Amino acid sequence: MSRVHVTCTINGDPAEFLCDGGQTLLDALRDEVGLTGAKEGCGTGDCGACSIVMDGRLLCSCLVLAPEAEGTSISTVEGMATGDDLHPLQQCFLEGAALQCGVCTPGFLVAAKALLDRNPDPTETEIRYGLAGNLCRCTGYDKIVRAVQAAAERLSG
Amino acid sequence: MTVTEPKPRYKYVGTRPVRHDGLEKVTGRARFAADLNLPGQLHGIVVRSPHAHARITSIDTSEAEAMPGVKAVITSEDFPAVAPGHRQYDMCVNVIARDKVFYEGHALAAVAASTRDQAQAAAAAVKVEYEVLPAVLTIDQALAPDAPVLHAHMMTAGANPPAEEASNISNITRFSSGTDMDAGFAEADLVMEREFTTRPVHQGYIEPHACVADTGQDGHTTIWCSSQGHFNVRSSTATLLGWENTRIRVIPAEIGGGFGGKTTIYLEPLAVALSAKAGRPVKMVMTRDEVFRATGPAPGTKLRIKLGAQSDGNLVAGDAYLIYTNGAYAGPGGLLGAMTVFESYNIPHFDIEALDVVINTARSAAYRAPAAPLTAYAMETLLDEVAEELGIDAMELRLKNAVTEGEPSTMGFPFARIGFVECLEAVRDHPHFSAPLGPNQGRGLAAGYWFNIGESSSATVNLNEDGTATVVTGSPDIGGSRASMALMAAEELGIDPMDIRPVVGDTEAVGFTDITEGSRATFATGMAVVEACRKMVVELRGRAAKMMGVDVDDVDWVDGQAVYTGSDSDKDPLSVADICAKAKRTGGPLTATGSLEAHGAGPGFAVHLCDVEVDPETGVVRVVRYTASQDAGTAIHPSYVEGQIQGGVAQGVGWALNEEYIYDSDGVMENPSFLDYRVPVASDLPMIDAIIVEVPNPAHPYGVRGVGETGIVPPIPAVANAIYDATGCRIRDLPMSPIRVLEAITANGGSNGS
Amino acid sequence: MLSAMKYASPTTVAEAVDLLGSEPDARVYAGATDLIPQIRAGRPEPNVMVDLKRIERLCAISSSGSTYTVGAATPTADICAHDGLAAAFPGLVEASGLIGSDQIQSRSSWGGNLANASPAADTPPSLIVNDARAVIAGPGGERTVAAADVATGPGTTSLGPGELIVEFELDEPPARTADAYLRLIPRTEMDIAVVGVAARVTLDGDGKVAAAAIALGAVAPTVVRVPDAEAALIGNEPAGDALAAVEAAASAATNPIDDKRGTVAYRRQVAGVLARRAVSIAAERARERGGQS
Repeated sequence: MSRVHVTCTINGDPAEFLCDGGQTLLDALRDEVGLTGAKEGCGTGDCGACSIVMDGRLLCSCLVLAPEAEGTSISTVEGMATGDDLHPLQQCFLEGAALQCGVCTPGFLVAAKALLDRNPDPTETEIRYGLAGNLCRCTGYDKIVRAVQAAAERLSG
Repeated sequence: MTVTEPKPRYKYVGTRPVRHDGLEKVTGRARFAADLNLPGQLHGIVVRSPHAHARITSIDTSEAEAMPGVKAVITSEDFPAVAPGHRQYDMCVNVIARDKVFYEGHALAAVAASTRDQAQAAAAAVKVEYEVLPAVLTIDQALAPDAPVLHAHMMTAGANPPAEEASNISNITRFSSGTDMDAGFAEADLVMEREFTTRPVHQGYIEPHACVADTGQDGHTTIWCSSQGHFNVRSSTATLLGWENTRIRVIPAEIGGGFGGKTTIYLEPLAVALSAKAGRPVKMVMTRDEVFRATGPAPGTKLRIKLGAQSDGNLVAGDAYLIYTNGAYAGPGGLLGAMTVFESYNIPHFDIEALDVVINTARSAAYRAPAAPLTAYAMETLLDEVAEELGIDAMELRLKNAVTEGEPSTMGFPFARIGFVECLEAVRDHPHFSAPLGPNQGRGLAAGYWFNIGESSSATVNLNEDGTATVVTGSPDIGGSRASMALMAAEELGIDPMDIRPVVGDTEAVGFTDITEGSRATFATGMAVVEACRKMVVELRGRAAKMMGVDVDDVDWVDGQAVYTGSDSDKDPLSVADICAKAKRTGGPLTATGSLEAHGAGPGFAVHLCDVEVDPETGVVRVVRYTASQDAGTAIHPSYVEGQIQGGVAQGVGWALNEEYIYDSDGVMENPSFLDYRVPVASDLPMIDAIIVEVPNPAHPYGVRGVGETGIVPPIPAVANAIYDATGCRIRDLPMSPIRVLEAITANGGSNGS
Repeated sequence: MLSAMKYASPTTVAEAVDLLGSEPDARVYAGATDLIPQIRAGRPEPNVMVDLKRIERLCAISSSGSTYTVGAATPTADICAHDGLAAAFPGLVEASGLIGSDQIQSRSSWGGNLANASPAADTPPSLIVNDARAVIAGPGGERTVAAADVATGPGTTSLGPGELIVEFELDEPPARTADAYLRLIPRTEMDIAVVGVAARVTLDGDGKVAAAAIALGAVAPTVVRVPDAEAALIGNEPAGDALAAVEAAASAATNPIDDKRGTVAYRRQVAGVLARRAVSIAAERARERGGQS
């Protein structure tokens, strides 16, 4: 069966890949494009470890079919830092010890960035509900929420 | 917030540097097992039983083998036979079923094909015929007189008199004070007895099990995998395959959570066998559904505890009857329950009997302080009832009976310096303890204990030509232990932690190291690192003496420098970098190892305070405030100690309120997804105020006690006691879901908001 | 999973209808937030996945006169961000915002939520109390039906072969009218409703109920209206005995099942509680809105 050719932008760079019609965007990013920052924790949209942004929308890439990416602009965790300069969220996660095993971290960072892009000064409750689609089993969320608060402050300062 | 007693002033230990592996993890570059791909790699898929209990009458793989892209199909026939009595029999037949399947999801064959889809299609084409057997799904069913016996060879260990017939009881544990229990309870002014039931729960690590195995023509294999102990992966895989350990090299990938669930193996021997058969690398990754059905739940239980107390609150007698299900095979749940149930308190008369029972559900794996959260649920809620009945404050009752240094444990050993009382006091003195509560809110207090373990660890310290250091250990870093290793090495060597590269070495790069379990990594592997560093310092002093041309006895190691202390003349101190630069001329490379069997893991105690708000009309419980103290001995990296406490609280709250395995009447799991297996999300929890109590462990050079597990012990009873405070209802059946809470409130005559 | 399936992304309704007619076993989707997990769990794979999101009409929100038109595939995130809809149908917009996480909100839609026909779906009760109409396209052209008439049972709908939901029409509510939606989930987020209740109330100038609509989700094979509760409210202030009657009628109207998410007794009891609370909230909003519409 012939594969689908997809042309899109990934983290600001033009990209193309071949995929199957029913392949998920998560699998295509990981297996065809070679970007393994997005993780599969559940494959059903319940854990958020595969979070990406496509055309400005935060998504679970496990629930997107890869051909849908045609003509879109995609951001993944790999695109968050600018050269050696980490995004303030990345910096605050590091400084605030907001990760333990680290497997949920890429999804949290992508989702937190989408949250702050939409709402630069969120309350603790808004952060908690805004990140409710991302499961972390290590941290109890305390340090993650604090890191997002710190990053929001840094971004607005 | 940290409570400290006077301790040595450390330069690096106790600071909070950015963890060494952090950058890779916030940029998405850290390689977890499923992120690895090898050229020519095949994809392996496991064939699993749809039945909870069945005899396999035939497996026909011919159709699957003929399907497109299929390169290998394996069954138990591809592994050496194992017989009951084999040291790792249960593990072997759990990884791939022999003649019987014992739970829905039990692996019985595996397929490798060029693509995952091809492998899935072929797995579906493996024809298995079963003789379906009646399934045993609950403790009561397992113990019924006419119960089907799962394992014809299972003669109860520890039975007195010895078992003569096979049964579903794998083990009986008995610990007793050896005193007259009737007389003990007769000393009491109040005797209360309560029963509790709980269901299996999953560790819920976010990363599914995954591995890649590459078996060469020379019969040697390399495995990349996510595990809590790669030496264990090596030995277990070797056992299943009947190979020598030397044929297997295991390279640890980053591990995406384990909590005990990755202390055993599932996929690796299958991947190696498939790879050997196909002559290609094979990658295997579980789906979340497979993780739930076939890996790690923590045991379900039935618990009964009777306590006797005198009117002044003095506990005099305790009787515990604990039944744990470990799933389809023998397990240590009951034993560990027995080892923890009364351990926190002085109870002169005690009698503990614990049963381990097999049923047709997935084989249990360790889960953070295994068994202890459940004994704490029973014991700490019953203590609250005793306190209320006696009219004594719950905190006072615990302070009055808490074990302290020198007192005997129920296990018979005297406690060394421990920090239970300090943990109680830290919570008592916290503003939360006396803060006002709102409508429909309640507050619960509970304590927890975990003994922690030592085991084998190895470390190698290599000093590099530029004066930096590489610290290689065999402990997978599950939550920041690399940073702890670097901090201890920095303190010993006197160099900046950021000039130290902490590495998790593979099975051929570092000495044998046991699994990261029992809260042992920072304790035991840390001891190995310290030992290696101290040997290195001796070597550095010798090299410096050579460079200075003085006697080594006149060279001290001070603040990372070799300092001449003799009186001959002035000598400039030599730094690590100075000595490294001249290493070639003073004796060659600077390397040192530490390998040890660590003893004296200090027991960990924790005390938690939880506020809940209960909707009296729907039974929904929200945790609104949480404070947790825990004795860390010495916090090497306080942020990651707090993280362990906070993570344990979150898991415990999930266990208390919503997490449970749900099976249908045939033993098929009904909720194998994160949608219906409800782990807490960010909006379910408040901030968790972690109070680190530091009562140094005398057995560790820096006073470390393991902190990974104790934090999950108190939350269930803390939540239960808070729900009682809010509603007047005691719920003795987990989880305390809205349904159970509303049932209890309704049965109690409606809401009773305090 | 899925790799053998074909993907199609029509840009017009006609093209989508043609595809459904020409490809055996084609299946339309908007967010796929239900469909992909269902296929992973073993549901038969469609031959062609027809992505509706490139059809402009299916993703548009517009208003004309007193009618709002909302494309069936419009992400609920867009619905929640639409000031007009949020002002006119606060309960329906709340229900829309409760479907899953922010990630899911980028994909979930009224059309998908309704056509998936889960008894526990969050938006159908609110669509129904607001008398939403579904515009359905198919081989025979377009037809308009009440949203209440789309789902016929768990996983089944009245959509004919080759039909798909194009858009929803909602009339601007009359004066002193507002809706509310409440659901019970064990966690605070990410769960399927154990019970969901939508209520819409219209008050007269004296603060008495002039019209009411109450619909229950997750307590029967399809959404259940509660005419007894509605009747108990009309002519009365939404308080006291009238609310007690609402609670009793809502509980009585349920026909729930025991399953992994809830018990019959729990669903019955809580449906009443939530109905009473939802009516109170809707009435309070209606009061605040006064004569505005």
